[in-house]
Amino acid sequence: MARKKIREYDSKRLVKQHLKRLAGIDLQICSAQVTQSTDFSELTNNEPWLSSSRLVVKPDMLFGKRGKSGLVALNLDLAQVAEFVKGRLGTEVEMGGCKGPITTFIVEPFVPHDQEYYLSIVSERLGCTISFSECGGIEIEENWDKVKTIFLPTEKHMTLEACAPLIATLPLEVRGKIGDFIMGVFAVFQDLDFSFIEMNPFTLVNGEPYPLDMRGELDDTAAFKNFKKWGDIEFPLPFGRVLSSTEGFIHALDEKTSASLKFTVLNPKGRIWTMVAGGGASVIYADTVGDLGYASELGNYAEYSGAPNEEEVLQYARVVVDCATADPDGQKRALLIGGGIANFTDVAATFNGIIRALREKESKLKASRMHIYVRRGGPNYQTGLAKMRALGEELGVPLEVYGPEATMTGICKQAIDCVMSAA
Amino acid sequence: MVGSCEKIMIFYFFAFFLKLQGGMSNELYNTIARVTDGIYEGIAIGGDVFPGSTLSDHVLRFNNIPQVKMIVVLGELGGQDEYSLVEALKQGKVNKPVVAWVSGTCARLFKSEVQFGHAGAKSGGELESAQAKNQALKDAGAVVPTSYEALETAIKETFEKLVEAGKITPVKEVKPPQIPEDLNIAIKSGRVRAPTHIISTISDDRGEEPCYAGVPMSSIVEQGYGVGDVISLLWFKRSLPRYCTKFIEICIMLCADHGPCVSGAHNTIVTARAGKDLVSSLVSGLLTIGPRFGGAIDDAARYFKDAYDRGLTAYEFVESMKKKGIRVPGIGHRIKRGDNRDKRVELLQLFARTNFPSVKYMEYAVQVETYTLSKANNLVLNVDGAIGSLFLDLLAGSGMFTKQEIDEIIEIGYLNGLFVLARSIGLIGHTFDQKRLKQPLYRHPWEDVLYTK
Repeated sequence: MARKKIREYDSKRLVKQHLKRLAGIDLQICSAQVTQSTDFSELTNNEPWLSSSRLVVKPDMLFGKRGKSGLVALNLDLAQVAEFVKGRLGTEVEMGGCKGPITTFIVEPFVPHDQEYYLSIVSERLGCTISFSECGGIEIEENWDKVKTIFLPTEKHMTLEACAPLIATLPLEVRGKIGDFIMGVFAVFQDLDFSFIEMNPFTLVNGEPYPLDMRGELDDTAAFKNFKKWGDIEFPLPFGRVLSSTEGFIHALDEKTSASLKFTVLNPKGRIWTMVAGGGASVIYADTVGDLGYASELGNYAEYSGAPNEEEVLQYARVVVDCATADPDGQKRALLIGGGIANFTDVAATFNGIIRALREKESKLKASRMHIYVRRGGPNYQTGLAKMRALGEELGVPLEVYGPEATMTGICKQAIDCVMSAA
Repeated sequence: MVGSCEKIMIFYFFAFFLKLQGGMSNELYNTIARVTDGIYEGIAIGGDVFPGSTLSDHVLRFNNIPQVKMIVVLGELGGQDEYSLVEALKQGKVNKPVVAWVSGTCARLFKSEVQFGHAGAKSGGELESAQAKNQALKDAGAVVPTSYEALETAIKETFEKLVEAGKITPVKEVKPPQIPEDLNIAIKSGRVRAPTHIISTISDDRGEEPCYAGVPMSSIVEQGYGVGDVISLLWFKRSLPRYCTKFIEICIMLCADHGPCVSGAHNTIVTARAGKDLVSSLVSGLLTIGPRFGGAIDDAARYFKDAYDRGLTAYEFVESMKKKGIRVPGIGHRIKRGDNRDKRVELLQLFARTNFPSVKYMEYAVQVETYTLSKANNLVLNVDGAIGSLFLDLLAGSGMFTKQEIDEIIEIGYLNGLFVLARSIGLIGHTFDQKRLKQPLYRHPWEDVLYTK
C-alpha cells in the first residue's frame, strides 16, 4: 500500500459523490478548483453558485495550517476571489521548511457557523482508528484531550454500537445525524480505498453535516479497481517538490514502465553521482556518502529496479550522465554505478543500456574528469562486469569494477578519496 | 557461498514492493557469510506499509531458537516497526546480541517529502527517520554501526566476541555440494548451447515487430500488401510479383464458398446446428476436404505436370490414365457442359492469358479437355484443373522457383492449402449464418433414407 495525498477538491468530490451512493446522504457542499488555466467566466457557467454566494478561497496544495498562515480569505465575492488568486498564484510560500509556488486554489461558499466538529479516519495495521471531537477547528491540537477515539479491527463491521463512544456526549437532537454521517463517511472510506480522511472542521447547516475542510489520502495500489469510482484523480507531488526538466523526464519514463526509475537532483554542483540498482541499495549508497561526511558533494539520488529493459536503462542513464557531467569545472568527479547482489535481474542486460549511454557521452565524461566506480552482483554478473571493464579501456575513462567479493558500499569511500585528492 | 552452519540468524527487513526485489537480502547474506560461520535463517519482510509479520515478531521467535546465537537486522526509514524491537530490547525480552542498521539516513538531504523505492520507506516524521531509529536501537542495547559500510565489521566483532566467550564454536566450513549449472544462465553467458526442438524459417516474433519471411509488419501494412502477398511470404518465403499474388487472391475468392450443399458446408451447418462452437463447426467441414471433395488441385497439377514434362500428347495422357483406371483429376463436372463452361474457369484463364508470361501448362490442360470433351460432354476442365495447371504456369513462368522447388511444392501439397484456406472463409460464414438464424438441431428425415436389408 502506498498512501498518496489528494487535493481537498478531490477529497470533497469523492466524499460528496459516494456518500450519496453508499449512505443516501446528500451533502450540500460545492467546490470549484482554480489554477493558472482557469477561465472564470467558463467556471461560473459550470458552477453558477459562484456568482450568487459569498465565497471562501484557500490554496489546495496538500499543506495544512492555512488559516494560521493567513492564506484563507473569507466572505468574498467572485471578483475579490479572482483578485485574491491573481495576487498569489505562482508566488512562493514556505510551509514546514518546504518552499514552493502556489498553483491550485479551492473556492467554496462562505458558511458562517458556530459549531466545529472534528472527524478523522486512519487506516492502520490491524484496522481503522476513527476519531471525533466536538471541539474541532484550528485549535484541534490544543484540544486533543477532548478527541474521542475508537479502533475498529479489520474483520469487524461498522455499526451504530461501535460508533457509540464517539457520539455519546452529543446532544440528542444532533446525535443521530452525526452518527449516521460518521458511518457513511466510513463506508466511503472503505469502499474507495482511502487510507486517511480528516475533516477539520465539519459543521451542521440546517441540521445537516457540512464538511468545511477536508484532507484525504488514497491507497494508490488500489487504482486498478477504482478507475470509475475515483474518476479523474490527480496525485500531486508533495508540496515544495518541483521537478526539474530532467527529473520530470525520468518521472514520465517511470510512469510508463512497470519498472521503477527514480531520479532526484540534490546538488547540481555535487561531485559524487549515483546510479544504483534496487530500492534498498540506492538508499544505502546515498546514506553511506552522507555518513562518511560528504553529503554536500552528493549530486543526486537515483534508483532503477524491477528489470527495466535495455532501452529504458539507456534513456535513464543518459539523463543521469548528462546531469553528472554538466558544467565541467576542472575538478574530478565520480559516478557510482552500484547495486547489491541481484536475485533475478540479468546484470549484463541492464548494464548494456548503461554502457551504451556511457559510450555516447564519452567526451562529456572526459571533459568533466569523471571517475567511474562499478559494483554489482547477481545473475550473469561476470559478463556484465567484463563488459564494463572493456568499456573503461575502450573509452580511456578511469573505471573500476567490483563484484560480490567486495563490500557493496566500498566504492563510496573510493569515490570520496578520488574526488578529494589533489590533481 | 553461504555456510551450512546453524549459528547466526539474519533478520532482514526490506524488499518486496510489488516487484520482486531481493538484491539487498542476497547482499546481506553474502556479507554475513564472509565474516561468520553461517546463517540459520533469513527473512525479507518486505518494505510495504503493513507487512504480514513484523520485525519484533521474528526477533522474538529467533530469540527462542537455541541454534540462533545472534541476530542481524536491517531496517529502513519510515514506519514505526523498529520501535517494537526497541521496546522488546528495553524490556529484556531479547537476550541475544542484536546487530542493527536502519538505512535512509540520507533522507534529511531531501528538501521535501520523498517516496523512496519502497512503499513503506517514506520520509515523514522525525520518529520515523533512520537517525532516530538507529539512536533508539542503540540506546536499547543493540549494536549499531556508524554507517552501512561498518555493518560488516560490527557483525564480525559481535561474532568474534561470542566465539571468545565460548558461546559459539565455529563450525568448519563444509564444501557445498556441486549444484548443476542453470541452463539459461549458461546459455546467456555463452558457455553452452542446447539443441533446439523446433526450427522456424517463415516468421520471427522476437524483435520490435513481427516479421514474415524477413519483411517487417510495418512494411507489409505501409506498402499496401494484400493477403496474396502475405501467403507468398509465409508459404513461399519470397515476395512474388503482383500478378502472382493477385492470382492467388483470385483463387481464394473463387474457392471461398460453393453453397450449402457441398459436403464441407453441409457438415459445418449440421455441426453448428448441433450447438457446437465456431472451431468445431469449421473443422468438421474442413475434415471432408480430401480426394473427393476439393482435394483435386494438387493431383491435377501433379498429373498435368508429369504428362507435359514427359511430352505426352493429350491423347496419350488420357488413354494412359484410362488404362490405369484413374480418372483424370481436374476434368469433369456434375453440371457444367462443353457448351456451358464453368464461369470461374473462364475468369482464371482470362486473367492468366492477360498477365502471365507463359501459360503452357494451361494450354496443355485445354488440349486434354478438348480430347475428353470428344468422349463426353460433361468432361470439361473444372476449377481444380484450371487452378492446378495455372499454378504450374505461375511457378515455372515467374522465374522465381528452381525445378526442385516446384517439384517440392507440388509434392508437399501446397495447392490444396489454397482450397483449405479459401473454403474456411465460407465455412465460417455458414457457421455464423446458422447461429444468427438460430437454427435448431438438424435431423435427417426418414423419408430420405432407404432402409433396406
